[in-house]
Amino acid sequence: MHILIAIASLGGFALMAGLLLSLAQKKFRVEGDPMVEKIDAVLPQTQCGQCGYPGCKPYAEAVARGEADINHCVPGGERTMHQLADLMGVEPKPLEEEPTAPMVAFIREDECIGCTLCIKACPVDAIVGAPKQYHTVIADYCTGCTLCIEPCPVDCIDMLLKPELIEHWAWPLPETERARIGRERKENHARAA
Amino acid sequence: MPALLKRLGQALGWMPAGFFGGIEVPDRKLTANEPIRDCPVPDVLILPMKQHIGEQCHPCVHIGDHVLKGQKIAATEGYVAAPVHAPVAGKVVKIEEHRIAHPSGLGLPCIFIEPDGSDKEHRYDPLPDWNTRDPAELRERVRECGIVGLGGAVFPTFIKLVRDQHHPIKTLILNGIECEPYLTTDHRLMLEHADEIVRGLSILRYMVSATECVIAIEDNKQDAVEVMRQAIVRAALSGVRVLAMPTRYPQGSEKQLIESITGKQVPAGKLPVHIGVLCQNVATARAVYHAVEHGRPLTERIVTVSGEAMPRPGNLRIPFGTPVRFVLAQCGLEDIGDGVHVLHGGPMMGERLRSVDVPVVKATNGLLALYEGQIRGLNTEEQPCIHCGHCGEVCPIRLVPNLLADHCRNDAFERAEAYQLFDCIECGCCSYVCPSSIPLVHYFRYGKGQLAQIRRAEAFAEESRRRSEARERRLAREREAKQARRRARKASQSAKAEGGET
Repeated sequence: MHILIAIASLGGFALMAGLLLSLAQKKFRVEGDPMVEKIDAVLPQTQCGQCGYPGCKPYAEAVARGEADINHCVPGGERTMHQLADLMGVEPKPLEEEPTAPMVAFIREDECIGCTLCIKACPVDAIVGAPKQYHTVIADYCTGCTLCIEPCPVDCIDMLLKPELIEHWAWPLPETERARIGRERKENHARAA
Repeated sequence: MPALLKRLGQALGWMPAGFFGGIEVPDRKLTANEPIRDCPVPDVLILPMKQHIGEQCHPCVHIGDHVLKGQKIAATEGYVAAPVHAPVAGKVVKIEEHRIAHPSGLGLPCIFIEPDGSDKEHRYDPLPDWNTRDPAELRERVRECGIVGLGGAVFPTFIKLVRDQHHPIKTLILNGIECEPYLTTDHRLMLEHADEIVRGLSILRYMVSATECVIAIEDNKQDAVEVMRQAIVRAALSGVRVLAMPTRYPQGSEKQLIESITGKQVPAGKLPVHIGVLCQNVATARAVYHAVEHGRPLTERIVTVSGEAMPRPGNLRIPFGTPVRFVLAQCGLEDIGDGVHVLHGGPMMGERLRSVDVPVVKATNGLLALYEGQIRGLNTEEQPCIHCGHCGEVCPIRLVPNLLADHCRNDAFERAEAYQLFDCIECGCCSYVCPSSIPLVHYFRYGKGQLAQIRRAEAFAEESRRRSEARERRLAREREAKQARRRARKASQSAKAEGGET
């Protein structure tokens, strides 16, 4: 008799818990994969495709699924790789490619034929223009992804180094003061030459 | 025993409360007895479009224009900004980028003015009846005249002169501390222009309706204390105290001075106004006096040109835009040899100049020529930290410098931020006392710069994400519209076909 009561009560509990859990799953269902969101949040959003995926979001999805490695984001550099390693709980890995200095696209306007192909290619809508009109890049929005270079039929787009602004300058790591003076002298000579 | 007496005096309110930490530095005021002399006008003046903290100005004159002394030549619509005025009458010869006194060695757009030798001047309407005018009008005058904090921080002054019902200003502190070694600009200014400073104090006091005023001077300038006391008596002002504070670096720093005088600390991330205090430098007060009573904008300042390697040190009144090379030549330093370095600012917080072909700006309080042997970083190598804790004892903000430097060195910037990296005032006390010669402040600057870059990159990524998502949505919408059109066309075609059959 006792054993029947035990089975019935435990069974009842299990049923209740099951019902609650299934309700909770319906009610608190999370749209999308939270991991993908977290990974996407640390990616630099250049949408450059250098990782081999068509954008930052697809790469985030691939990393979350465990298909892509954490060290493919070139513009993100060391910092992004470490953040991905933290998120995924894996060991940091050396970067596949060192990030280059930040660049912006620049259209040589007198050569532009107004074909709009670069406008279509730009993942962040940073190129303005209309058919048969000059196009130009809004430098403040350009992520330097280089996706506009390929489609241009007249090769009138250059990638330029982002100009160094005095407000954006940051102190380097301390070097010995002597080394610093030596480097600065060299720079000054180079500038004078 | 003296320490005990001091504590007792402080407890009873006879002596200023003092501030935490700090160091004693040799004051080396070589130019304390040198009267202020005028620097001649050079052949060309170079005026950078940003000489303050905040937004950069845009030129409002053109190449070839003739400008008057005191005429506004650059301004901006931004709030945190100060316009630039022509220091001399002359001709605008070019507008282009030129190097400025900045550790990066980078440049800013500058207006080049060739003086014509005349003294034609533009002045705003003098307001000798300021005590009947609306403080907002006076505030606008201070803004228009390009006045910034002349102690070295160059924060636009008008911003601090706001009357706020939630934070009424009780105490107005005039900062004549000048705790940096060598510098004597405020000292000479107090000795020679005490009455003008007191007039400025009255205007500032009227503007913020402060109940009590304190003029704070370190006790290594007893003559200035005396002169200021007499000036107060002459002006018959009540409720103004002249305090001789015990000399200690960095007492001239705003937050430290407030702690020293009122015993209250400005909370992290807050401003002095939040505890009812306004602090202004004595030179700023004098500039306010000139702007209000004479309508004269800020176009020159007193600069201490000093240092052991300077042949004829002195205190010079220099129009902004004068090249540093020209100023040094006036003091006998014609060519700078390999063993001599020129500093912009004081020895504690100033910067070694990479080039002397930069102009004197509103922030230039000192130009020092020092021998290589005097510069610590050039004669020492960084050694491992021995965890002696001296840096923490002297840090006036009560940070833990050695730990902070570790975090910065290891690129653990978030952790450094959690340890209040951004509260560091970069006074240099920790680097000064470090027995291992660790350039602590340099590490903090590195950390702050990296964090700023990370924040900028994050904001840029956020903007790019927003734009790329907007584009995705637009493309999806276009695809859908196309399909809808195709479906509609198909439907109408099949309808036509059916119609044709029947």
